[in-house]
Amino acid sequence: MNSVNTPSSIRVLDERSDQVWTKGSGKEFVCDKKSAAGSVTQRACAFCGSRVVLYPIADALHIVHGPIGCAVYNWDIRGSLSSGSQLNRNSFSTDLAEKEVIFGGEKKLKASLLELINFYQPKAAFVYSTCIVGLIGDDVGAVCKQVTKETGIDCIPVDSPGFKGTKKSGYQAACEAAYKLVGTGDTNGISKYSINLLGEFNIAGEAWMIRKYYEKIGIQVVSTITGDGRVDDLRRCHGAKLNLVQCSGSMTHLSKLLKDDYGIPMERVSFFGFEDTARAIYAAAEHFGDPELMRRAEELVRDEISKYAPKLKEYKKRLKGKKAALYVGGAFKAFSLVLALRSLGMQTVLAGTQTGSAEDYEQLKEICDPGTVIVDDSNPLELAKFVLEKDVDLFIGGVKERPIAFKLGVAFCDHNHERKIPLAGFEGMVHFAEEVANSACSPIWKYAPRRQAKALRLPEPEPTAPLACEGGAA
Amino acid sequence: MSMCKGNPDTLTTTGEHAEGPLPASATRNACKLCTPLGAAMVFKGIKGCLPFLHGSQGCATYIRRYMISHFREPVDIASSSFSEDDAIFGGARNFAQGVDNVIRQYEPEVIGVATTCLSETIGDNMLGMIKTYQDKHSGDGPPLVHVSTPAYTGTHSDGYYSAIRELLKAFVKPTRITQSRMVNILPAMMSCADLRHLREICALYELDATILPDYSSTLEGGSWDSYHKISPGGTAVEDIAEMATAIATLEIGHTQAVDKKSAGHWLETEHKVRCDSLGWPIGIRLSDQLFAAMATIADRPMPAQLADERGRLIDAYVDAHKYVSGKRAAIFGEPDMVVGLAAFMSEIGIRPVICATGAKVKNWKELLASEIEGGTADVEILSDSDHAKLAAAARELKPDIILGSSKGYPLAREMKIPLVRIGFPIHDRIGAQRMLSVGYRGTLELFDRVANALLEGRQDDSETGYSYL
Ligand code: SF4
Ligand code: SF4
Repeated sequence: MNSVNTPSSIRVLDERSDQVWTKGSGKEFVCDKKSAAGSVTQRACAFCGSRVVLYPIADALHIVHGPIGCAVYNWDIRGSLSSGSQLNRNSFSTDLAEKEVIFGGEKKLKASLLELINFYQPKAAFVYSTCIVGLIGDDVGAVCKQVTKETGIDCIPVDSPGFKGTKKSGYQAACEAAYKLVGTGDTNGISKYSINLLGEFNIAGEAWMIRKYYEKIGIQVVSTITGDGRVDDLRRCHGAKLNLVQCSGSMTHLSKLLKDDYGIPMERVSFFGFEDTARAIYAAAEHFGDPELMRRAEELVRDEISKYAPKLKEYKKRLKGKKAALYVGGAFKAFSLVLALRSLGMQTVLAGTQTGSAEDYEQLKEICDPGTVIVDDSNPLELAKFVLEKDVDLFIGGVKERPIAFKLGVAFCDHNHERKIPLAGFEGMVHFAEEVANSACSPIWKYAPRRQAKALRLPEPEPTAPLACEGGAA
Repeated sequence: MSMCKGNPDTLTTTGEHAEGPLPASATRNACKLCTPLGAAMVFKGIKGCLPFLHGSQGCATYIRRYMISHFREPVDIASSSFSEDDAIFGGARNFAQGVDNVIRQYEPEVIGVATTCLSETIGDNMLGMIKTYQDKHSGDGPPLVHVSTPAYTGTHSDGYYSAIRELLKAFVKPTRITQSRMVNILPAMMSCADLRHLREICALYELDATILPDYSSTLEGGSWDSYHKISPGGTAVEDIAEMATAIATLEIGHTQAVDKKSAGHWLETEHKVRCDSLGWPIGIRLSDQLFAAMATIADRPMPAQLADERGRLIDAYVDAHKYVSGKRAAIFGEPDMVVGLAAFMSEIGIRPVICATGAKVKNWKELLASEIEGGTADVEILSDSDHAKLAAAARELKPDIILGSSKGYPLAREMKIPLVRIGFPIHDRIGAQRMLSVGYRGTLELFDRVANALLEGRQDDSETGYSYL
């Protein structure tokens, strides 16, 4: 029945056909749609979106109001690091029981907040509403107000029931919640050359690497939002003179609020790959218009590139000509990845995102090679179909995509929030190349049945030739 | 950067030790997962089955990700992807559309429908929806099984056992025939390797087993030459249909033994298939009980291979007893696994000083007392626990070793004691699926893991760093 399938036996659902696009097809492409029921989307929910964005604020208390599952599945699974407080690594939940679902959970929420605040002494508290809470009608806002009054600690509701829109709506709810803190702190001592880094989550310490670049050239980083985040940084971030927005999907809303209310301009940047990192550093230097900043920026970029480019060249030799698929959160990241892969001599043949915006996709479509398939809000079967059709060598994605690649004998590189290896900045690019090469050039693939089968169909003088990495093993 | 000087559950934001009364209202670092996860795991053990969660999609995605990080296999779970309107007006439309799409994409042989908190709370009538759907399609298409799994009434173990029961109710056909070599096994939430071993044991007794569920291949399969929409393997619906013909059912788990509504008891009352209630077969005593039951059913003595394994296990106990004797263990996880592990620990001379589960278990104390050698006066018995409570108890009672899932790692690290990983989820190590722990052979492997973990700790802590024991 459904035993072994060829790619053509996997059908794209009718209601999804306009979310699958091939460059050169001339077809329409649609995104920003709600996931179709039964499509097995890779997206999570609005709550997940909020949780991802606010989680790295390390000295805040995060409590999930709802039944236990929503809280427990994201207990300490993220790779965002904190240089101090570890409070955010706990999973606190009101863990609603049946009687609270029936009679309301406000009392339990209040008691939980009071006890936790008393015990852990957080700087603020975020209270996430999950689907059930949205339904049973708890007045989370009122409870937060009461507790704020009683404790003097800001308790901020995050209006993120999972069913409310998509993960993107959750980003928005998170931005709204974080914004409650903005403007409440002292902006003394903030330099005229100062920035906020928005959408940088300090996965594996990336924010620390990036922060150093700016500090080196004489630009103050007021806050990284939210990587290694602190409540007090958020309170005073409105004092910064420029916002650099990396993960635009999650943070555009906050940067817009900061622009509207405080007149802080924003620039979209990416710290992935040499080119984009350099561009991000120049963007800030250029913005402030001080030639000295620019000079130092150029010096820094030159130094870093000369330090890491030779290593990259080595990897490029080994990776050249390989075909990559990527499926990530937002399209801006996808865009960066396509360029980075290209700089390693690799070609992206399949690119997709969970929540890309139309604007992002336009850019993505532009830079991709003809024939590249672009998918929005895809699912495992579609991804498998195109991995097979395009005969991909490497897949870049998250935990949920990994088995698709591995089952088919395809290399894999983690590029999500759970990874433990920094991939941003100049140094990060080398880690990325190493990660990719370690998987793509592993000697094991020749044993994978699919690769073996292929080798048999296309006999070569050297049976392992189609798999061997140019330049040989490390 | 200096990071993490202790367990995040006891530190304030400035890194001080948190003081004052322990927060009691909130759950801090839960020691349980939610009910539909258990049901989804069972459905993954049915041939050609696609699990389907009725509710918003986040629950399904979270559960998928969690299962993938443990099993490292594709875990596709569909959802009816509720929007705000569906949450208010009911999810019938989404349900029908979702099932249509699942059938179009996956061509499943059966769809396992579990509810989520959301659909339970709005009171969606699942059975009605399923009937409407099937009537509309005049019975064509795959059967749909439904299990009710609100997370606010139980934990993943409950979801697991309920799904087994509902599968039986849906598919078992009444019969007058009894096949003398047929046995049913209703395992608890064991590893893939455990399930395979149970099948192997049955073969040794020349018994033909229907294991429900059997995710030993679906959640630990080979490398593929093409893509499988649904991972191959699992218990076939036709085999479930025949389960009333079996000579007996072996139902694993102390909580099931005392639950008159358990799947095994249901088969007994409704279809007259004798139910043998057994503990999770870890350790000699509980494994002996399993093999004794098998011998009776099969009317065969213990096969020589198993007798050999038993001999080797006892020999291993003897060889290493001094390294484990007098040690103290903290055990946490699914209730039935904790009982099995506690029995095993006490059997080898390790005191199970903390036995914790996140579930609210009736008679939890009695269940443990029935299996712990030497009484439970010195045992901290925690039901409805979370990891913060478990950690607080551990700080008092100072165990030498922890047995449980990866979620015990922060505590193990804080206390500088080993964590022997067992149960679900194990997402900081490779190979959770193929960790064998049941029967004599499994116990032997587990025993070695425990003894070596203790030895390794001692060696690492030694002044000289000896390399000879
Ligand atoms: S709503 Fe219920 S079913 Fe869904 S993740 Fe939360 S606890 Fe689990
Ligand atoms: S119940 Fe809602 S908030 Fe919780 S995981 Fe499911 S979809 Fe997300």
